[in-house]
Amino acid sequence: MPDTPLRPDQCDWLIAVAVLTLLPHASHLPAGLSGICVLLLIWRGAIARGKGSMPGRWTLLALAVVLIGFVALEFRQVFGKEPGIALLAGLMSLKLLETNRVRDGRAVVLLSFFMQLGQFLYRQDMLIAALALSGSVASIAALSALQGAALDVGRRIRQAALLVLQGVPLMLVLFVLFPRVQGPLWGLPADAYNRSSGLSDTMAPGDMARVSQSAEIAFRASFEAPPPPSAERYWRGPVLTRFDGHVWRQIRTPLREMPAYQTQGTAYAYTLTLEPHNQRWLLALDFPAAAAGLRYTNDFQLLAREAVTARQRMNLVSYPATPVGLDESPLQLRLALALPPSGNPRTRALGEALKARAANPAAIPELAIAHFRQSGLAYTLEPPALGQDDVDSFLFDIRQGFCEHFAAAFVVTLRAAGVPARVVTGYQGGELNPIDGSFVIRQSDAHAWAEAWLPGRGWVRFDPTAASAPRRIDGGLAGALPDSVGVPLLVRTDLAWLRAVRDRVDALNNSWNQWVLGYNPARQQELLSSLGLGKNGLAELTALMAAASAVVMGGLMAWALRRRSTDDAIDRAWQLFCKRMAAAGLARLSWEGPVDFGRRISLARPDLALQVEAIVNDYTRLRYAPPPGDDAQLKRFQDSIKNFHAR
Amino acid sequence: MPIHLCNRLLDAAGEIILGKDRALRLAFACLLARGHLLLEDRPGVGKTTLAHVLARLLGLEFQRIQFTSDMLPADILGVSIFNQHDTAFRFHPGPVFCQLVLADEINRATPKTQSALLEAMEERQISAEGRTWPLPTPFFVIATQNPADQIGTFPLPESQLDRFLMRIALGYPDRAAERLLLAGEDRREVLASLRPALAPGELDTLFAAARQVHVAPRLLDYIQDLLAHSRESAGFSLGLSPRAGLALIAAARAWALLAGREHVLPEDVQAVLPAVAGHRLRAAGDAPASPEALVRSLIEAVPLRG
Repeated sequence: MPDTPLRPDQCDWLIAVAVLTLLPHASHLPAGLSGICVLLLIWRGAIARGKGSMPGRWTLLALAVVLIGFVALEFRQVFGKEPGIALLAGLMSLKLLETNRVRDGRAVVLLSFFMQLGQFLYRQDMLIAALALSGSVASIAALSALQGAALDVGRRIRQAALLVLQGVPLMLVLFVLFPRVQGPLWGLPADAYNRSSGLSDTMAPGDMARVSQSAEIAFRASFEAPPPPSAERYWRGPVLTRFDGHVWRQIRTPLREMPAYQTQGTAYAYTLTLEPHNQRWLLALDFPAAAAGLRYTNDFQLLAREAVTARQRMNLVSYPATPVGLDESPLQLRLALALPPSGNPRTRALGEALKARAANPAAIPELAIAHFRQSGLAYTLEPPALGQDDVDSFLFDIRQGFCEHFAAAFVVTLRAAGVPARVVTGYQGGELNPIDGSFVIRQSDAHAWAEAWLPGRGWVRFDPTAASAPRRIDGGLAGALPDSVGVPLLVRTDLAWLRAVRDRVDALNNSWNQWVLGYNPARQQELLSSLGLGKNGLAELTALMAAASAVVMGGLMAWALRRRSTDDAIDRAWQLFCKRMAAAGLARLSWEGPVDFGRRISLARPDLALQVEAIVNDYTRLRYAPPPGDDAQLKRFQDSIKNFHAR
Repeated sequence: MPIHLCNRLLDAAGEIILGKDRALRLAFACLLARGHLLLEDRPGVGKTTLAHVLARLLGLEFQRIQFTSDMLPADILGVSIFNQHDTAFRFHPGPVFCQLVLADEINRATPKTQSALLEAMEERQISAEGRTWPLPTPFFVIATQNPADQIGTFPLPESQLDRFLMRIALGYPDRAAERLLLAGEDRREVLASLRPALAPGELDTLFAAARQVHVAPRLLDYIQDLLAHSRESAGFSLGLSPRAGLALIAAARAWALLAGREHVLPEDVQAVLPAVAGHRLRAAGDAPASPEALVRSLIEAVPLRG
């Protein structure tokens, strides 16, 4: 029995499973290999349709050698993730060409299950999960086709889906309770390092504009209470103090365990979910209160202890109104006044002129902002190349720039006027996703602004970009630019439907990230203690998992045993029949006997008479004739009802 | 085998009693269940003919007793008379000592006489002069009563009605059947020439077969549901007795046998229920529900599981 030849429907199922399994892999397989797989599958399909016969052993061997050679040439090796998956994909297609028995068919199904898993080695998003799920359902359907009698496709799929559904409770138990290791579910070390976009720890003209081209998500923030207004949503990244005339750099400062300020004013509690960027900065809203396990720099950055290489989630509280740097060290202030020995003469002159006009140093920044606004500087995502002296060239000649030009020019002006100042980079604003109420901050929200130190007030934020292009702060990048040319499609605000779709997908992705991919030991502990299970060690978790699995399995088994009782099987099938008739407009009356019911149906629907007569006959025999009811009769009865459709 | 016998009986009877298939079938079922039959209908619709036909076809001895108001129990049961020859009382069996007794117009007799017959029906023996005389086997009584004629009659009380397995009405024949009746030859001659449809011993085969018809647990559930509802529902002042339950099963078995089946279906129970329960149920209050409507309401109130 196990080695019977394949029926045509079984063969079709196997080919379908192979196609469904290999299709999602096509995106990362070498094109040539995908082509080979397609050809092999078409060949097998043609054989199944009676065109040609199965290839001989030597042909297969030759094909296998060619396949391995191809993979080896393509990847320069046959081990590792990429060549391994490629090899398996090819061999799966090849295996079908020698599969004309049920036993080989099982091997193909097994391989397809493994290939479902293989998809997750590349990506772990919801689409892949959905693809793997549908592939698994198809594989199970194929397995049951190998096992049982021919069945129409819809019923086969329903059956397989039901099997998968029955596995869901166990899957949940294992997912929730299996002892977690730190790190993402499927994270491979390479995943975080290939990220190219995002902020960097230096800034030169054009850098921020380049970052802004990307619609990629930098992080998400969901506030517990009403969020701060857009004008206060400055997410602090690297603070750049050192300036060499062209590039802005950070200065090294010692790290503290506690912030160097006393928080004041309104508190905003929020959850930050950071996409991995392979840097330590955490992009907190100004200015975060102390939180365990994090580090604070003297220039008020919040840092992680290690570079963020996996999606990270943390709960923070920020106080935007906190005064900071009231007693800043003279060294810091001196660094914040330093200008290269030469260069940008016109800007220096502007600074000195402002200093002369100002009644006191505290008025200088406002004067500078006013001057910027009056000089008609244009905000553009595609700033033209600057001349010899960047700042002079921007302020006096070209007069077009992106936020980094504004911030840099402002800081240089202030320093020339004797006011300590520095550039702060990070993100500004963010877009509210109406679906789940969280803010999404994309790379296009990257921003650079300035901080000036004023006696008695400490470090005060000034945003020269906002002065020239106020809509940048209120309406986001796309709102501030004259037309939406050059803005990434997903960031454009003028396409409402696109935004709605994007918001929805994004909210879904966010929950997926939070609850599936981001389900780490901390989250597990959090969930378990919210269920009242307290702190759990590895042993307790294992015991809990075993117990929960036993409960689930026991429940499923009890269900299966209950369903197996013959009496119920007869009733169930009969009730299904009655249900189908009711759907066709002929409901059985509560007191109506089966024969009377059958007669009524035959009168109303002569087309069904024969079928119904057979069903009623079987039913009355099984139900009312002396036992033992014949198993074959019960099977026939159930089958005849399953195949019965009144429409 | 039994199905051939049954069909033979039904066909033969159907040739004489025209257009009354259902009543005939019920009457046969009643006898196959070894129960007594009460025919309640107007005169002239063929009650007596039916009794005759049944007796003839089944090959039973037949005796007709016309009940009158001046009738005494001894007129039915028999009487002990002093025999001078051997100087002792000797029992002279009455007309009840017969396999099939037609008790015509039973409601004309006094309750005393009625109860003498009904006790004989139940006991299937006669007690007189301190001795008991068994009645012949099988022993059937087919009683008739005329519902329209109320003057000078003694309607059977409920407790006595319970002894009849079934009560059926014949009703007037439909137009086509009546035409055949009118155009055909004399019924009496046909009746006289009627031969038993069963060979000796075949009736016993049928009795045995009827007893062996299978009653599934699910069907017993259904019968118990029916009994329980008749007792608990506010719609009935008098529910069905356990004896009614036994009668229902016996009648349903016989009905299934006549259909050639070896197991009882809910439809069999529903088919015999009007005849079996119609004379045993009483509607609550003074709602003048007909027995048919009453039984119908019982059937429709009890759901059939499945």
